[in-house]
Amino acid sequence: MQRHMLKEAVVKPDEEYIISVNDLTKRFDGFVAVDHITFFVKAGEIFAFLGPNGAGKSTTIKILTTLLSPTTGKLSMNGYDPVTSPHKVRQTFGIVFQDPSLDEELTAYENMEYHGILYNVPRETRVERIEELLTIVELWSRRNDFVKNFSGGMKRRLEIARGLLHHPSILFLDEPTLGLDPQTRNLIWNYIKELNAREGVTVFFTTHYMEEAERVARRIAIIDHGKIMVQGTPDELKDKTNTSSLEDAFIALTGRDIRTEEPDSLERLRTRRRFFRGRGR
Amino acid sequence: MRAIYVLWLRQLKRYSRSKARIIGSLGQPLLFLVALGFGFGPIYTKAGGGNYVQFLAPGIIAMSILFTATFSGIEVLWDRQFGFLKEILVAPVSRTRIMVGRTLGGATVAVLQGIIVFFLSLLIGFRPASMTLLPLALVYMSLIAVMFCALGTAIACFIEDMQGFQLIINFLIMPTFFLSGALFPMESLPRAVGFIAAVNPLAYGVDALRGILIHGAHLGLITDFIVLALVASALMALGSFFFSRIQV
Repeated sequence: MQRHMLKEAVVKPDEEYIISVNDLTKRFDGFVAVDHITFFVKAGEIFAFLGPNGAGKSTTIKILTTLLSPTTGKLSMNGYDPVTSPHKVRQTFGIVFQDPSLDEELTAYENMEYHGILYNVPRETRVERIEELLTIVELWSRRNDFVKNFSGGMKRRLEIARGLLHHPSILFLDEPTLGLDPQTRNLIWNYIKELNAREGVTVFFTTHYMEEAERVARRIAIIDHGKIMVQGTPDELKDKTNTSSLEDAFIALTGRDIRTEEPDSLERLRTRRRFFRGRGR
Repeated sequence: MRAIYVLWLRQLKRYSRSKARIIGSLGQPLLFLVALGFGFGPIYTKAGGGNYVQFLAPGIIAMSILFTATFSGIEVLWDRQFGFLKEILVAPVSRTRIMVGRTLGGATVAVLQGIIVFFLSLLIGFRPASMTLLPLALVYMSLIAVMFCALGTAIACFIEDMQGFQLIINFLIMPTFFLSGALFPMESLPRAVGFIAAVNPLAYGVDALRGILIHGAHLGLITDFIVLALVASALMALGSFFFSRIQV
């Protein structure tokens, strides 16, 4: 049944599913980061991808956003395969990474403008769109300030605006509210919800704040040890686990053990090996 | 093309905004010109070599390009550290174009630096043989700049810490510089050292600049051009290859 649905999604991109991940696996030197996962994201929805540290969230996002290639599995992003048509896929998504990715020596406006040029946004559209987005995230009056003088929250807002500049159909947000105060977190979710409603952009986000996921996401998938434990609406997840909050449901599904991320030196070694082996793209 | 342009523009903007970088990187060439030029000048003249500042200035111009260009590779490390590298890697732009944009940006900065050193050397007393050939000198300066920019980027692709990068670059740059003929004539060197000089691409750059600026080339401008263009292309290809495998 599910396989049949996936085929439909691959063949007809603007049908129901904008992201489909079928039987995706990623191995690094014998270590399985993502283990045969399958999930679908509908066009226009806000989708939360949750899981403890080291569960495979970032690896999955890197694969979807063409930064890593999968070991096996079939993917479709807006009808395109990230493995075979990376540039088509890159044009269709915007991303806010977990850590800042702005050029601090440039102004907010220049960061926006250069992004627009890199994504081939025509000049007129670019100028209008930059003003529109910077106004929404309340940075228009600060557009000529250097990013190095911005606070963490301002940088985040600028990155969200930048991620949407080229009219992507999918916006990835990797822990967009990490390290921000409650006021800023609230503000950021308001922008995201507004932009989702206004532009119909599909939002795919990760977070460790369960109350945010419960409040914002229409559907949720929980991943642990590289496997999808459950997916559904917040209410379905609570019903399945017989719990009253998403936080309890999350703990019921993933256990109480504290996870540690891979030690730094090992991670480095892996990066180096990956580098020398290459990805051939 | 627009992607290459925007990456080039970005580097120029960053350079023009950092006054400390512009002035700071002129200190070393100036010191070499003044200390060596005036220090060794009388001995060089006594030995029958003529005016040492005339001999030295083209070498120091090449040196400033060598240093600026190779060290521009460190910007890959900065971009990695500050996350901007990820922004570029998810953009719908091929890795090769990113490499070309980066290299041209770094090379332009290095050539600008070389031009400033040229004017500084005029203040010290350097007198080029002909002013009309200066545009030709720019061609060779650009080749040297592209060559070492690509080398710096290639190295930066697989080194993750800044200190390591600086050590490796110093280890490479110093012999490249000292055995390039920038400071002393290469004609009467011991055979082994002469061999190193012959495989040192900077030696051809220094020879060409000297040929144009004081009519003192002995390898020939055509040979110089061919060697520089070949090595620059090879290093660009190597740099693109390494850059295409970079992971964040």
